[in-house]
This record gives sequence, structure tokens and C-alpha cells, in this order.
Amino acid sequence: MASIRLVGVSKHFGDVKAVDNVSLDIADREFMILLGPSGCGKSTLLRTIAGLEDPTGGEVFIGDRMVNEVLPKDRDVAMVFQSYALYPHKSVRANIEFPLKVRGVDKAERADAASQAAEVLGLTPYLDRKPGALSGGQRQRVALARAIVRRPAVFCMDEPLSNLDAKLRAETRAEIVALHHRLEATFVYVTHDQVEAMTMGTRIAVMRDGVIEQVGSPQEVYDRPASVFVAQFIGTPPMNIFPAGAIEPGDHLVGGRPEDTVISDDHATSHDRGVAATVVLVEHLGHEAQVVCAVDDHTRAIVRMNPSDDLPRNGDTVRLNVPEEARHRFDAVSGARID
Amino acid sequence: MSGATKRRWRDVPLAAAMLGPSLVVLIAFVLYPLGRAVWLGQQRCNVQATKCRSVGWGQYTDVLRSNEFQSAVWVTLKFALITVPVGLALGIGLAVLADKHMRHIGFFRTVFSSTVATSVAVASLMWLFLLQPSVGVLANIGWLNDIFPVIKEPGLLNDKGTALSSVAISSIWANLGFTFIVITAGLQSIPRELQESAFVDGAGGWRRFTNVTLPLLGPTLLFTTVVLTSRAFQAYGEIDLLTNGGPVPQQSTTTVTYLIYGSSSIIKNNEGLKAAVAVLLFVILLGLSALQFRGLGKRVHYGS
Repeated sequence: MASIRLVGVSKHFGDVKAVDNVSLDIADREFMILLGPSGCGKSTLLRTIAGLEDPTGGEVFIGDRMVNEVLPKDRDVAMVFQSYALYPHKSVRANIEFPLKVRGVDKAERADAASQAAEVLGLTPYLDRKPGALSGGQRQRVALARAIVRRPAVFCMDEPLSNLDAKLRAETRAEIVALHHRLEATFVYVTHDQVEAMTMGTRIAVMRDGVIEQVGSPQEVYDRPASVFVAQFIGTPPMNIFPAGAIEPGDHLVGGRPEDTVISDDHATSHDRGVAATVVLVEHLGHEAQVVCAVDDHTRAIVRMNPSDDLPRNGDTVRLNVPEEARHRFDAVSGARID
Repeated sequence: MSGATKRRWRDVPLAAAMLGPSLVVLIAFVLYPLGRAVWLGQQRCNVQATKCRSVGWGQYTDVLRSNEFQSAVWVTLKFALITVPVGLALGIGLAVLADKHMRHIGFFRTVFSSTVATSVAVASLMWLFLLQPSVGVLANIGWLNDIFPVIKEPGLLNDKGTALSSVAISSIWANLGFTFIVITAGLQSIPRELQESAFVDGAGGWRRFTNVTLPLLGPTLLFTTVVLTSRAFQAYGEIDLLTNGGPVPQQSTTTVTYLIYGSSSIIKNNEGLKAAVAVLLFVILLGLSALQFRGLGKRVHYGS
């Protein structure tokens, strides 16, 4: 049983509030993603769970136990680092065995466990090599093997894929998800990559400036973003946010996903014609086209279109609109979702 | 001549112009003196060294066989065997101690590295005062005399049993700043995640030190060992100032360098013999460095 409960956790470095009064419940065997831009405090929060940082305030529970004063080694937690943190002077086998060796597991048992972990991650042919002789993806798998070898209840992963190229990242993403199913452990996974967040997590906690803006399943976070920040952080291209009064009357902002935003020529005579904009760029991506429009000096909006459609040209004046049912409404001052 | 060869010859003047300056310096200050010393090593000179005549290369073997040279090599070896391991251990200890994210740690780092800015002469004089029988606070320590009843002469520097160790202590102290700085730099190049990873995996302080810190310090330690060894073999100032190669008549602190250069060395008036000893010291150091790089170098890990 390894649920994680954070109650009002803060971590301050001098005057900087890296994590500010965060409360979060992570269920047993959940795959929780901490998502946010760099400097939002997600890594610090993860390190607080792992025990590498002492919280300035608040309480961290793993299972039913308050672990504020518990050393990392006694928390039943494994950590995977962005830089892999492999011991360069030890062979792959010795790297994987290290956590067991430290715990005084006897030699035969250690070798068994290491072979098994290597088998799971396809590392068997490389057991006698040094990490320096492996590729980035293989090194990352060694780091994963070292984490799973002692079967901890909680896995903390700090941007484990960000040093890999795009193709490997996609492959390893699937491997980690498979690993989660197989191990039946709780995963806490830090990333700034929304694709990783959307595809891997059972839930996402979106962080900004040390606080959690929203927690929810990937679909919830996408469908009903709690703030302008979340709306623009999740989704590629980001959600279009129109100034107050542009799309509909009122002093709130209106958002629409690029696939929900409709473009019409300036002469359309519909009842609700939306807002005027100028086309500044048309990007052809093959399967779709993205039309970038300037609504005013500060507002850009992107519309996803079918490339076979009649596309506007640069400099065209068009009108943009978001159908009533696809509109997201946000407070103009706080940025929080209304409704 | 083929085109490629012609082109290569065309580069010769430019290459010569670029290599010239350093070649001149190398010849004038290294190769010529070295060759001259080797040549001088088979000559015998008068006291003023105005007249020298060849006595044959056998002079080198004579020196090698002499009691004075063998005793000096033995003293030097003992000196190195004390200063290098102890200096290294203290340097590692201090560097690990100061490698903490603490308030005012900079103050301690400055103190620990301060001896690097202290000249051998100043350091030796300071230790001379400390060890001076009449005024020195470290000169006659009662309990030390109880532990080592061999100490008979007053003052550690005047006793044949303790003189070399006392000089070694001052030398260790004087080199500590250098060792500390180099090892601190080595420590800071070890990624923090490696320590953290070991910490999460359950490795305690000692295990992290032996499994992560020490192996990753390998190249730094090899470098420091080689430098400290060659410094120990070349130590001169502290011996000259503290003991003058004495205490007499045992010459228990006459190292090879002191034998070559010292003001009360037994061969101080014979330029030919001095040159022969110097050349032999060069050969010994060359062999020793090669051994260290070969023996230790294999076990050192240079990162990925």
C-alpha cells in the first residue's frame, strides 16, 4: 500500500518559494504526472517526496506513515534521474545490483534479481559493459533496471526521457507505461513535455510558480482547463484566448482550441460573425494546415484546417469564431475558469 | 615528386617559423642543460670547477654503489612514503569536509587552501620556531617522549629518529593547500545526482565515499600522487632550513636533492659528482612516474 499524501507542503530556498503550500493525494498504483514549465517547482516537489529535500513546511505521507523525518532509503522509494546517474566505473550488472548490495542482499539472490531486471528491459547482452559503452537509450534503461531491481513501492522519475531523441522517447514512453502495469507500483513522474503527460499519466498535476493549478485525468485537463495557463500549456498548438468582448459580450476571456476555432471570409453574413483577424502565416504540415492569425497586437490565434480546404493567404482579412459549445470562459483578471 | 609531397614541403617554412620560438626555449633551458649535466657527470673538477677532466662513465656506477647515494635514496624514499600518503589522506579529508553547502564554508576553504600562498621558506621558518628546543611549543612534548623512548636529543629536529618525520610534517603542511584545491576541484566535478542516487538507494556516507566519491576522484588522485611524489623527491628548502641534512653524523635527512645541492653535503665541492647524482635522480623520477601512470593509470576511470 503506497499512496502518497502531501499536506500543505512548502519548500523555500531563501526568499524563493519553489513549492508553496501544495496539497496532493496520489492513490496507490497511480501514475501521477507533475507537469509544468521549468522552474515551476515540480522537480523540487518530487525530490521532497523522495526525501532528497526537507520540506520547509507541511507533511509528506507515504502509505499511512508520515515520512518528513524518514531517510530516503527507508521510504521504499526509487529515483530515476534525467542524467541517468549511472556509476561510470561499474559494469551494467554492478550498477543494477548496487541497491541490493547496499542492503546486504546475498550474492546469488542479487545476481538473480539483476538478471531478471535486465531481462525485462532488454539489457541482458550488455550486462558486462560499462555505461560509457552504451547509447543514451540503453543507459536510461539501465537506470530503470536499477530502480526496479529492489521492487520499491514508489518510483520517482525526474524527466527521465528528456535526454533522448524523439523516436527513442516515444519507444521508452511505451516501455515505462508497460513497466507501470507490470510492477503495480505508484509512479510519480516529472516532465515539462505535455505529450508525455497526456500519453502516460493516469492523472496530471499542472504546476506553475510552486503551486498546483489543476489536477485531473489527461482528458479532463484538456477538456476543462482550470485556468488560462493550463489551457495554453496543454495542447499543441495551444488554446486560442480571445480578448474580452471579441467573441461574445462580457468582460471575460474566451478560449477555443485550434481545432474548434472556425475561420470564415470577411464577407460572411452569419448572425454571430466573431472577431476580425489578419492571416500572418499558413503552415502546411501534410496532414493538416495551421493558419496563424493576428487578432490584435497582443493576440495570435491558430486555426487547424484540412489541407484540401480552400486555405486563406497571408495578409487576408478573415473572421474567427468559436462555436458556443466549444467555448472556454476565463476570468480576465485571475485567469481562472468561469462555469 | 608527387603533388602531395610538394605541398607538404611548401608548409615547412611556416611550420618551422611557428615551432621555432618554443624550440629555442626548449633547447636553451631544457635540452642543453640536460645534456651538459649528463656530460658533466663523467668529469672530475677542481674546487672552483674551473678545470674539469673526463674520468669516464664509470663515475655513474661509482655513485650508484656509494653508501652516501644509497643512503640518500633511502632517506628520500622514506620521506616520500610519509609525505605522499599522509598528505593525500589529509587533502581528501579536508576537501570532503569542506565540500558541503553550508554557510561561511568559503572561510574554511580559504583557510584550508592558504598554504598554497605560503613559500617554502616562510613555512619552514614557522615550523623551525615551533620545533626549536628553546622556544618551540612542539619541541619537547612530554607524552611524545613517553611513547617514543628513542627520542634522546632535545628537539624533534635534532633527534635522528624524529628529524625526518618532523621535516615531513612541515612539508605535508606546506603542500596541503595544493592538495586541497586540486581534490576540491575534483569533488565538484562529480555529478550531484550520483551521490543522490546512491543516497536514495540506501548507501550511507562511508559507502558513498568508497563507491562513488573515491572511484570518480581517480584521475585527480593519480595526478596529485604523481605531483606529490615528484615534489617529495625534489624537496630541498625545508630540509636546508630545518635540519641542514642532519642531524650529524647520521645524515638522517640528507635526501638526494640535499646531497646534490646542500651546503653541508659531503660532495658539495665536486661538480662532477653532483651532476652524476642529479642525472640519476632524473632517471629515478622518470621511472617512478612511468610506474605510477602504468600501475595506477589502469585502475583509474576517466568518466564516460
